[in-house]
Amino acid sequence: MSPKTLYDKIWDAHLVHEAEDGSSLIYVDRHLVHEVTSPQAFEGLRLANRKVRAPEKTIAVPDHNVPTDIDRAKGIENEQSRIQVEALDTNAKDFGVHYYPVSDVRQGIVHIIGPEQGWTLPGMTIVCGDSHTATHGAFGALAHGIGTSEVEHVLATQTLIQSKSKNMKVEITGTLPPGVTAKDITMAIIGRTGTAGGTGYVIEYCGSAIRELSMEGRMTVCNMAIEGGARAGLIAPDETTFEYVKGRAHAPKGAQWEAALDWWKTLYSDDDAHWDKVVTFDASEIAPLVTWGTSPEDVLPIDAEVPSPDSFEGGKVSAATRSLEYMGLKPGTKLKDIEIDTVFIGSCTNGRIEDLREVAKIMEGRRVKEGIRAMIVPGSGLVRAQAEEEGLADKLTAAGFEWRMAGCSMCLGMNPDQLAPGERCASTSNRNFEGRQGRGGRTHLMSPAMAAAAAVTGRLTDVRELAQTDVSA
Amino acid sequence: MDKFDHLTGIAAPLPIVNVDTDMIIPKQFLKTIKRTGLGVNLFDEMRYDDNGNEVPDFVLNQPQYREAEILVAGDNFGCGSSREHAPWAIKDFGIRCVIAPSFADIFFNNCFKNGILPIALPQAQVDLLMKDAEKGQNARMTVDLEAQTITTSDGEVIDFDVDPFRKHCLLNGLDDIALTLEKASAIDTFEQQAAQSRPWV
Repeated sequence: MSPKTLYDKIWDAHLVHEAEDGSSLIYVDRHLVHEVTSPQAFEGLRLANRKVRAPEKTIAVPDHNVPTDIDRAKGIENEQSRIQVEALDTNAKDFGVHYYPVSDVRQGIVHIIGPEQGWTLPGMTIVCGDSHTATHGAFGALAHGIGTSEVEHVLATQTLIQSKSKNMKVEITGTLPPGVTAKDITMAIIGRTGTAGGTGYVIEYCGSAIRELSMEGRMTVCNMAIEGGARAGLIAPDETTFEYVKGRAHAPKGAQWEAALDWWKTLYSDDDAHWDKVVTFDASEIAPLVTWGTSPEDVLPIDAEVPSPDSFEGGKVSAATRSLEYMGLKPGTKLKDIEIDTVFIGSCTNGRIEDLREVAKIMEGRRVKEGIRAMIVPGSGLVRAQAEEEGLADKLTAAGFEWRMAGCSMCLGMNPDQLAPGERCASTSNRNFEGRQGRGGRTHLMSPAMAAAAAVTGRLTDVRELAQTDVSA
Repeated sequence: MDKFDHLTGIAAPLPIVNVDTDMIIPKQFLKTIKRTGLGVNLFDEMRYDDNGNEVPDFVLNQPQYREAEILVAGDNFGCGSSREHAPWAIKDFGIRCVIAPSFADIFFNNCFKNGILPIALPQAQVDLLMKDAEKGQNARMTVDLEAQTITTSDGEVIDFDVDPFRKHCLLNGLDDIALTLEKASAIDTFEQQAAQSRPWV
């Protein structure tokens, strides 16, 4: 048998039909659904008098529109948001899919609760009408975003028409330096390969720095595979993965667990597998990173300066000019001198318990600077509950953070959590596009540790320097 | 799905790289539960000022491009989210073909599901078409999907590639779901086998 990559193995295990022209029908093991990209798909089913083929493999949760203020009983004020969430309530009930409504403590961002509830398992194919479905690749599952027409296709047929992507290996050797996190790894990769560097590929992340990450860190890395243009990101499952999955609500039990484990242990890329593209660098080359522009590839180490558009080539010259104007920045300004108004901790990239622990650790003996709006939006109701149980919520609230309910929140501002025009945000989310967090809002992407450091000083800050100087308590 | 076979129309130049889906259709318009009506908000934040007035310089607000049916754009067009609202907005405006050096994967797929033809060409050819588009409404391009050619206003012919299955679906306006349901027995068989080999799924 010819050597295979992990992607090849998962692909082959889910191939229902392959046409002569190369278009393939791939079986979908888990279909995750949220309220924004599904109403038209369910409507399409109704119009064609079709059913959901596998409701037991379909999991729905409202997350994008959900307000994150504490009083959920008062409902959703924005009429359009409310209608969209109510449509999901109705569709989930009518079509009989698994559902976590707003009132359920397990509600949260779809990419947080899939793994949390054990829906996400190694070797699966997982799709969702959301580009950050890439997150689930951390388990060695082939997971990617789809559009609404494809959501309807999966609902109706439990399959997806696909052409196979190419294989790309991203190897991060060595060990991460102190103060550098999974977020910095994934931003560093995009900084090197660009937002189109992964287009046409499925990326497998490997190397010692990836192996040493927790499952949550691996999810952060895979989450932003889409920002690098890739269809999906993958990390081969190992003991860390199995340990995380074991005992979760929908993970296999007993004899099925053993059978699953036997198969999961075969899910790795063979030594002599063919790679169409390889990127390798050492973790020691990665510093804490921030974005300066309006594309996730606009990444620089925190001790750098805002670049001049002249330092780029081709279409990127005008893009950088446009970005700097939008961001209100001048070339040559030290990144560390950029003052911020708001800090957002949350999103499917960095809204898990370890992220909140990291922030709490940085905030130990420190406070959010006077005048800075700092909000923490846990990724799920269960993450929130755990943080409260661990005493993190009390510490963070005492340090000056707003402690909010679960949802996508200010990552994309479909709910009331938005930036005002010109407002500048240190954000743990995944996109710094123009208007992403609110019309005219200015986003700097970074790790939770770096965002916490910015909250303390009110400007972009090197968390490693903060550690030495600013403890006031 | 609407068919796409050939199109002769005005091409609008949008020489920006990394045009993301938040630019194409900002999030406040994703709250709809319909597929139609988004054209008026296409490129909303570039097209209108803070008071909702048109920005005269923006290409689709210029008189010669208001009826554009083709868009010529920069590299990595449609990057960002999976929102199909992006192609819905493009189509609702009246644009049926987007030409760029490269496209983001999900956006590219979504176009084909909505009767929009995305064409990826080498930068030099996009540059040529961009110049042609900049001539305004008298410069009409022709896109012929059957022949896989673009003809500029000067009569220059450029060939393009397209996936044969997607070409077939676009030319005939075929519904993917109906096509797949013809393979229902293959799906049944797969499910029965998977129930044995991976019962935990």
